[in-house]
Amino acid sequence: MKRKNLNFILGSILTGIVLLVVLAGIFYTPYDPTAMDNANKLSGVSLAHPFGCDNFGRDILSRVMKGSGTTLFVALSTVAIGTFFGVLLGAFTGYFGGLLDEVLMRIIDVVFAFPSILLALVFISLLGPGKGNVIISLGIAFIPSFARIVRSEFIRCKNMDYVKLARLAGAGHLRIMFVHILPNTISVLVPAVMIGFNNAVLAEAGMSYLGIGVQPPDASLGRMLSEAQTYIFSAPGFALFPGIFIVVMVLGFSLLAEGLKRD
Amino acid sequence: MKYFIKKLISMAATLLVVSFLVFLAFAVIPGDPATAKLGTEATPARVEALREEMGLNRPIPVRFAAWLGGLLQGDMGTSYSYSMPVTDMVAEKIPVTLTLTLMAFAMMVLLSIPLGLYTAKHEGGTADHVVSVINQIIMAVPPFFSGILITLLFGLILHLFTPGGYVSYTKSITGFLGYLFFPALAIALPKAAMAVKLLRSSIVQEMRQDYARTAYSRGNSTRNVMYRHLLKNAMIPVVTFLGMALADMIAGSIIIEQVFNIPGLGRILLTSISNRDYPVVEAIIVLLAFLIIFINFLVDFIYKKIDPRIRVQ
Repeated sequence: MKRKNLNFILGSILTGIVLLVVLAGIFYTPYDPTAMDNANKLSGVSLAHPFGCDNFGRDILSRVMKGSGTTLFVALSTVAIGTFFGVLLGAFTGYFGGLLDEVLMRIIDVVFAFPSILLALVFISLLGPGKGNVIISLGIAFIPSFARIVRSEFIRCKNMDYVKLARLAGAGHLRIMFVHILPNTISVLVPAVMIGFNNAVLAEAGMSYLGIGVQPPDASLGRMLSEAQTYIFSAPGFALFPGIFIVVMVLGFSLLAEGLKRD
Repeated sequence: MKYFIKKLISMAATLLVVSFLVFLAFAVIPGDPATAKLGTEATPARVEALREEMGLNRPIPVRFAAWLGGLLQGDMGTSYSYSMPVTDMVAEKIPVTLTLTLMAFAMMVLLSIPLGLYTAKHEGGTADHVVSVINQIIMAVPPFFSGILITLLFGLILHLFTPGGYVSYTKSITGFLGYLFFPALAIALPKAAMAVKLLRSSIVQEMRQDYARTAYSRGNSTRNVMYRHLLKNAMIPVVTFLGMALADMIAGSIIIEQVFNIPGLGRILLTSISNRDYPVVEAIIVLLAFLIIFINFLVDFIYKKIDPRIRVQ
């Protein structure tokens, strides 16, 4: 029991820090995140630049603030797309069954067997890199996992008494699906969404690291890491701060999910 | 045997569908490969001639059949940007990526099974708590970041390997394997953390079953109960996970290859994506897809071996 609370409290604190930094970054950053300053190239930690400066003399703290905002935005949009279409697909196939279900689930099974980053790479190679395309690619790659979860919940629920009663009361299919059954899937859906969010953060960072995700001048944590790699020995802070920020973001959310799950 | 044939047919069908979807996706995207090859200043007549030569004017099903036929004979088309057979480009990279993935997989299994057993046996103890905290942190570290940290720690500070000093397997097998050790570790760590967590909770669950109590009451030692009775049952969910983890590791190696500068499949895949060199992208994606589908097929099989209940169905 104590553990659960500890997970939840720690998760809330870490997530709170991340949200605070991101929100602050929308309105204020200590320096312009794209302003270059030749005098401060790769300067270490100092009072003026608490996280130091990168190879162009840009302030790393400002870039981390903006970059985590980008990462958070991409991850949230991705999960939103995945959840929306996943719920829709899962609801219809689970509720109606039949041939449509058979065909769609076969396709989803095949897609599901693929690591989502590989799928996203396929879509990126079709659409081209960029922030919007990363959201679309990852969003599509995430649909199957949500569809599967929602479908199995709908199959479990569709013959329950409350659904039969709703039907007797004259409720239409759509009303039964989204007003009656959907709220009952929340306990399964919420942890799935939180895990999905973490996977999205990691996937976005990975794609930006590979240079096919968010494009400059937009700052992104993954991209900062790939730029920092060359200077890892001379300026370790350049890589460490964005990296640690990704870890805090993911860790905070997974602790939060863990804390909620055992209720 | 009947089961085997049925599975084989469904695997072949899946392979066919996947390769068609990949082919279709790359056939319908905007942008004409012939124009791309000749540049925008080429005369329409030349573009048309090249389109005819590349077979782009034929209907999609015909092109797919030709492409698939070539694929089955080991001919994966010609790269747009290098004008060389894709098969030649890919063939020498496959062993690199495959070795990296398998090494990482072996590390994951070797790390996670003893740790999972140990933490389950000492559930609630100090070691269990410490491992679970470390696990939680490791799972939050993206593999490329752990790759960078490993480079910093083992490469630059401890000098256990030379970052960027990749040795080809044609030159020295031991040098090659030695260089891949740390990249493989970076891929294996987060998956091992997940596997430990899963195996631990799976064993703990089995321990509470009646049959475990019965085994104890018949005078078996803890060791015997764990290894001869529990492990087989506890492994069922873990095998599913290992199969998925192997597929993920193949994808993960694409990123790790970039971190450690390893010229494997991931490297050509990424350059080809940015060069819009579709035949290469197509070939690698289909190749990886085949590999992943084959792994799933194997997992189904191992499943049946360890769980007789599935065999009966």
